[in-house]
Amino acid sequence: MTFRPRIGVYICHCGINIAATVDIAAVTEFAARLPGVVISREYTYMCSDPGQAIIKQDIHDLDLNRVVVASCSPRMHEPTFRATISDAGLNPYCFEMANIREQCSWVHAGSAATTLKAIELVSSAVGKAAQLEPLQERQVPVTPAALVIGGGVSGMQSALDIAEAGFQVTLVERKNRLGGHVAHLYKTFPTLESAGDLVNSLIDAVSNHPGIKVITEAQVVEIGGYIGNFKATVMANDHQLDVLAGAIIVASGYEVFNPIRKPELGYGVYPGVLTTWDLEKLLPGDITVKGREPERVVFIKCVGSRDQTVGNPYCSRVCCMVTAKQARILKQKLPKSQVTVFYMDVRAFGKDFEIFYDKTREAGVIYRRGNPSEIIKKGDHLVVRAEDTLLGEPVEVEADLVVLAVGMEPDPQSDDIAGLLKLARSSDGFFLEAHPKLRPVDTATAGVFLAGCCQGPKDMAESINQARAAAAAAMIPLMRGEVPVDAATSFIEAELCSGCGQCAEVCTYSALTLHPVRKVMTVNPVLCQGCGACAAACPSGAINVHQFTFTQFMAQIEAFSNGWEVSEPSKKLEKV
Amino acid sequence: MLKIDPHQFILDYGLYACIQCGKCTGGCPMVIKTSLNPRNLIYRIIIAGNGFDVEGREELWDCTTCSTCATRCPKQVNPMEAVIGLRNAFVEKGKIHSNVKVALESTFRHGNPLTMLREERAAWAEDLSLPAMKQGVDYLYYVGCTPSYDPRVQHVTRAIVKIMQQAEVSFGYLGNDENCCGSEVRRLGEAGLFEMMVEDNTEIFKEFGVEKMFTTSPHCLNAFLKDYPKNKLSVLHYTQVLADLLNADPGEKGKKASDLFTGKLEATITYHDPCYLGKHNGIFDPPRDVLRSIPGVKLVEMDRSREKSLCCEGGGGRMWLEGTNPSVRLAQMRVKEALETGAEILATACPFCLLTLEEAVKHINAEEKIRVMDVAEIVEQAL
Repeated sequence: MTFRPRIGVYICHCGINIAATVDIAAVTEFAARLPGVVISREYTYMCSDPGQAIIKQDIHDLDLNRVVVASCSPRMHEPTFRATISDAGLNPYCFEMANIREQCSWVHAGSAATTLKAIELVSSAVGKAAQLEPLQERQVPVTPAALVIGGGVSGMQSALDIAEAGFQVTLVERKNRLGGHVAHLYKTFPTLESAGDLVNSLIDAVSNHPGIKVITEAQVVEIGGYIGNFKATVMANDHQLDVLAGAIIVASGYEVFNPIRKPELGYGVYPGVLTTWDLEKLLPGDITVKGREPERVVFIKCVGSRDQTVGNPYCSRVCCMVTAKQARILKQKLPKSQVTVFYMDVRAFGKDFEIFYDKTREAGVIYRRGNPSEIIKKGDHLVVRAEDTLLGEPVEVEADLVVLAVGMEPDPQSDDIAGLLKLARSSDGFFLEAHPKLRPVDTATAGVFLAGCCQGPKDMAESINQARAAAAAAMIPLMRGEVPVDAATSFIEAELCSGCGQCAEVCTYSALTLHPVRKVMTVNPVLCQGCGACAAACPSGAINVHQFTFTQFMAQIEAFSNGWEVSEPSKKLEKV
Repeated sequence: MLKIDPHQFILDYGLYACIQCGKCTGGCPMVIKTSLNPRNLIYRIIIAGNGFDVEGREELWDCTTCSTCATRCPKQVNPMEAVIGLRNAFVEKGKIHSNVKVALESTFRHGNPLTMLREERAAWAEDLSLPAMKQGVDYLYYVGCTPSYDPRVQHVTRAIVKIMQQAEVSFGYLGNDENCCGSEVRRLGEAGLFEMMVEDNTEIFKEFGVEKMFTTSPHCLNAFLKDYPKNKLSVLHYTQVLADLLNADPGEKGKKASDLFTGKLEATITYHDPCYLGKHNGIFDPPRDVLRSIPGVKLVEMDRSREKSLCCEGGGGRMWLEGTNPSVRLAQMRVKEALETGAEILATACPFCLLTLEEAVKHINAEEKIRVMDVAEIVEQAL
C-alpha cells in the first residue's frame, strides 16, 4: 500500500507573541487547503498541556501520521512536540516545525507581508512533512569513567565531584604537580585566606582519593570515540597509556598576559616594574626594589585586558580584586608607603567584593581614575604618565615600584587539546561553550565539557562553580549508563559512492571511514552529528542526511515557491 | 561660531568606542605645554548634542600628529585623526593662521609648501647628473619638498644620492616633475587640496612607470603608504633600503657593510626615532641597524626611545605654526635627553626632526657638545 501523508497543522498564537503581528486565522485557513493536510487548527499556546492534548487527540481520531507545529524555534520546543507525538504512538521524527516567531512575528511589523511570510513558512514545513520518514534512535552503553584534562582548581574540583559520585576519574596534568595557577598565589580575595591552604586541601583530597588516578607531567595526545565511549591516549613522562572514559572535562586553564607586548610600560627594562603575578610571589617575604623598601607604589590596571591593541578586548574579571588585595596587603606590610591605583573602572561585582574595595580605600590606598599611557625614567626613579580623568589633568606620578595588573589570555598550549576535541573558540580565543546562557559548560561535541579559565577569565569561586557544574553535566551520561544517539545522521548510498574520501576530509567529527573491503565510505552514526558537510562535499550525491534529505529539501523549496498558488491569496496578502 | 555636526563626526571617527580612559592624554607630549586634551575633547564632542563649536580652540593647532594617542588607545580610536578632522572645519571657513594660508597656497601653486618655485625644485642636483626616472630603473628616489629646497637638508639629500650610487642601487628621480606628497596639507586640515595632489601624483607615478620608491622623509613615506588610496606601489624609507642592503646575506645582490664602508667613524651616537618613521610605521630597527654597521660607531639609547620617543614638534603642519606656547619646546627637552646619554651625535632620519633638533641645540648653546645629523650624513662620513 502506498504511503499517503495525513498531516495535522497547528498554528500557535504564543499569547500575543505571534498573534499580534500575524493573522493566525488566515494562516490556519490557508494551511487547511495544502496537499496532504487533514486538519489545521490554531491555539493560544500549543506547548501547553491542553495544546499538546489537542494534537494527541487528533492523531488518535483522525489517524494523522505527520504533524506540523508553527510556533517558536525548534531549539525551544521541538523536543516537546516530538515527545507529544511519540506519546500518541507516532515516530518522533514524523514531526516538523515552522518557526513563525523568531523568524517572523518577532522580527517584522504586523502587516500582510508578515502573514504571507508565515504562510510560506508553514507551506514549506508541510511540504517537507509529507516526505518525512520514521527514524530509530539508538542507545549505546557508557563507560562509567571520566577524563579530566588539567589539574588546576577547576580540574581538581571536577575530578573530586565525579569520583565522589562513584565513578573512576583520570586526571591528566601537564606540569609536575597539581594546583595550577592558584598554587602560586599568596592570599585570596575577598577573604584574605591563604591560597596555599585552600589549594593544598584540594590537592590532598584528589591525590588520596581511591577513585582518582592522577597522571602528572602528562598530556593527552590522541582522542577517539564519542559520548559514552571516548578513548584517549595519554603520553606521560616515559610511558604511554590508554584511558577509557564516558565523558571528558577540559579544564586546561589560561596564560598570564606578558606585558612585554606593551613596550611603553617598560616591563623587563625597568627593574621597578613588576606584574601582579610577580608581586604575588614577593608578598609573603620582604618587599624590596633594588634592595630598598618602596615608598611610592603605583598599580596600573587593565594591562593586557580591555585592550584591542594586543587583541584582548575582554575584561579579565580578576585584576580589579587582585589589585585591591595586593594594595591592601602592601599597605599593611609597608604602612609608610603611598599606594596609588590607576583604574579605568573598578569592577567589584562579586559577593563581598565592593566591601573589600571599600576597606582597601579605608586602609589608605589612593584610587585615581585614568589608564596610564607610559612609564618613563627621570633620574633614578620611575615616572608614571597618565591623565587623572576626574581632574581632567595630565599627571606624572613618581614611583619606586609600579605593579602592572596583568590579565588572562587563552593558553596557547591548549591548542593541541582544541585540535583533538575539535573545540571551537569564541572571538576572544577562549573555548566556546555550546550556549552562553543555557549550556554554559557544554561544548559542540556531546560528552565534552568545559570548566574554569579555559572557557574565559574567572576567579577561583567562579572556577569552582563551573567545575562542579561541568562535573554534574558529565555525570548525566555516566549515571544513565547508556546514551541516545540522534537519528538525524548522514547515510550513504553505496551504489553511488566511489570512495573518493572528500566527505571524510570535511568531517570535523571523524565519522566517515573507507570500508576496507567494499571500498565505499561508511558512516559511524554515533560519531555523526548530522551537520551535513559531507552531503554538500560529495561529488556523486551519494550522501544524504536523515531528516534533511535532498528529497525533503526539494519538497520544502517547491512548497515554498508554489505553496500560495495552491489557492488564490486574498487581496490583502499580495506579495510586497 | 564654527560648528560641526557632532553626531556625524562621532560616527566618522568612531568616537563612540571611547571609554574615557585618558591614555591618549596621559601619553600626549603636548599636554605639558598646552591645553590640548584629546580625551576631554572627545568627551565634549560626545556630549555636545546638536552642534559642537570649535571656534577659539586654538590648541587644536598644537597637535603634532605624533600618533602617540592613536597607538596607545585600547579601543583603537584615533584622536589624532579627529583633531585633523576638526582642523578641516577651520580650513573650510578660512579661519586659519596666515602662515598656514601661505603654505597651502604655495602647495597649490608651486607644488611645495615652502613658497619656492617649481622650476627650482631640482636645483640641488644640478651638478650631480642624476638619472631621470624611467622604466627598468629599480627605484624612484622621491626626494620631497624640504629635502629639495632647504639648504641644510640638501646635505642629507646629496648624502643619500652618494650612498645609493656607491652601493650600486638602481634609482632615478623626477626632477622638476616631482610634486609635494601632500602629507602636511592633509594634516593642516585641507582635505580637498590633498585629494587633488593624490590624483596628480598618482598620475605622475603612473606616467613614469614607478613601482618601487624610497623617500628622504618619513612624512612622505607615511603619506604614500597610508593616506593614498590602496595601490601597488612599494614605498620604503631610505634607511630601509640601506638596512636591507647591509643585512643581506653574503652572495645576494647588494653590498655588505664591509664592502660599503672603507672609512670609519669613531663616535658615540644616540638615535632619535622620528614619529612618522617609528610610531606611525613601526620602523625602529632599520636606522639603528645602519648606524650599528658603521665601523667605530657606538650606539647608545635614550630612555624615551622607540615607541616612547619624544616628539620634536615638527609634524602635523607645526613647521608652519608656533603653537599656543612657544616658550617650552620639546626639541630642547629632547636634546637634553640626548646629552644625558653622553652621545656626541644625535642622529635622526627625518628632515623636520633634523631642523627642529638642530635649532634646539643652538638655543641651549650645546653646539660644542652635540651635533645633530641625519643617518645618511653619518653613513656618508664612513664611506
